[in-house]
Amino acid sequence: MGRAGPMRGVWLGINQGTVCFLLLSCFEALCRVASSIPPLHFLSPPCTRTRSRVGLFLDRLLSGLRHPSFWELPAKPETMLTLLALASVVLLGIVPEQSQAIVIYTGWERHALLGSDIRLSCSFFSWRWTSEDVTFSWTYRPDGSRDSISIFHYTGGAAYVDNKGPFRDRVEFVGNPGRRDGSILIKNLDFNDNGTFTCDAKNPPDIVGRPSSVRLLVFEKVPIQAGVITGAIIGVVLGLLVLIVVIYYLMRFLVARRVFSLSVSKHGKKKKEGSQQRQGPVPPADPSKIKV
Amino acid sequence: MLLILLGVLIMHLIILILLIVSTAASTWSVGGDTSTDLWYSCMTSNGGYHCKPASSEDWIQAVQALMILSLLFCFFSLIAFVFQLFKLVKGGRFFFTAIFQILASVFVMCAAIIYTVMSPNDGATQFGYAYVLAWVAFPLTLISGLIYIVLRKKE
Repeated sequence: MGRAGPMRGVWLGINQGTVCFLLLSCFEALCRVASSIPPLHFLSPPCTRTRSRVGLFLDRLLSGLRHPSFWELPAKPETMLTLLALASVVLLGIVPEQSQAIVIYTGWERHALLGSDIRLSCSFFSWRWTSEDVTFSWTYRPDGSRDSISIFHYTGGAAYVDNKGPFRDRVEFVGNPGRRDGSILIKNLDFNDNGTFTCDAKNPPDIVGRPSSVRLLVFEKVPIQAGVITGAIIGVVLGLLVLIVVIYYLMRFLVARRVFSLSVSKHGKKKKEGSQQRQGPVPPADPSKIKV
Repeated sequence: MLLILLGVLIMHLIILILLIVSTAASTWSVGGDTSTDLWYSCMTSNGGYHCKPASSEDWIQAVQALMILSLLFCFFSLIAFVFQLFKLVKGGRFFFTAIFQILASVFVMCAAIIYTVMSPNDGATQFGYAYVLAWVAFPLTLISGLIYIVLRKKE
């Protein structure tokens, strides 16, 4: 389809509007249906109280649907035309546009220990089926340098690894081209391997794409990511706070209910004797606590 | 009565501002032309103002977390104070406010203690004003919390 520029914006706008409208009406319809089922009657006040425009439209539509004459063709030509236009807009808008670009995914940054192995993953997304001429190629650019050298190439069903450069005998192909995976494994990392690795994949005839890069950082000792401990401490304390508040209100609610059931039923007194003994001193203090 | 209420509220706001400044300002340790804090360590060399993220060791992250938590709890106690001001029964105590304020003071104390003990001490680095503010905020918060415990809502 390949519309570009302002036309595409208008098209997307119409599409979004229709999808939103459909979603809203589906939600309203579901709410009404759910509130009519006996166990879910509690849904009916909120569902029917909000008389949104979508709800009013739905009401009219449903009442029209129930009318027997609605189902007799021919209907008025204007309504048929509008319905047809609406349906076509929806269908044509929802079907995604086939853009011919291939999208390549790698990581953003990878951390590794000195002397370890690392797997650099690369996969792509393309609208075409994976062809047999799919190619993957990895290039490496050291930190602080401007030249990149090629260290891996997969084409025609065979993988060619670096046999002259800095990664000689250290690169291994661990990907699966049939599953669009072009990952490589680099063994025995050194500090000189710090740099940017770029993966470029081509899936003929889908060849237009932007290569994606992953940055490799080699450490002697992998440092704790900044903010992990901070986040953990904050999360734990706030979680405990929420838990304590919830338990406090729950206890108040439960004790309130027990007070209520105490006055109603004296039969269960013997059964609840054990717990009542514990709760004994609490109820007199409760009315003042409840008001707080 | 209104005067006490106003005084307590103003003190709470001052404490909140102190905590915000102490957490966000970048001068917990100063030495020469470098100033470090919880988040960045910046140095003014002849090239300009260079900042790099502060050392991501465990204790700095703990201090960060505790300062943020104390700030959050002070804020929560302010909200609880305003809420309880309108909803409390006559003669009731500002329970939640006091608890949150005292927790905030405990957290500030822990953060300041951890920073004092663990900060690298060479002769050149002194403690900056943000550090002093944190230590000042601790007794203020404690006093404010104790006032909230004693305070009652009268007619």
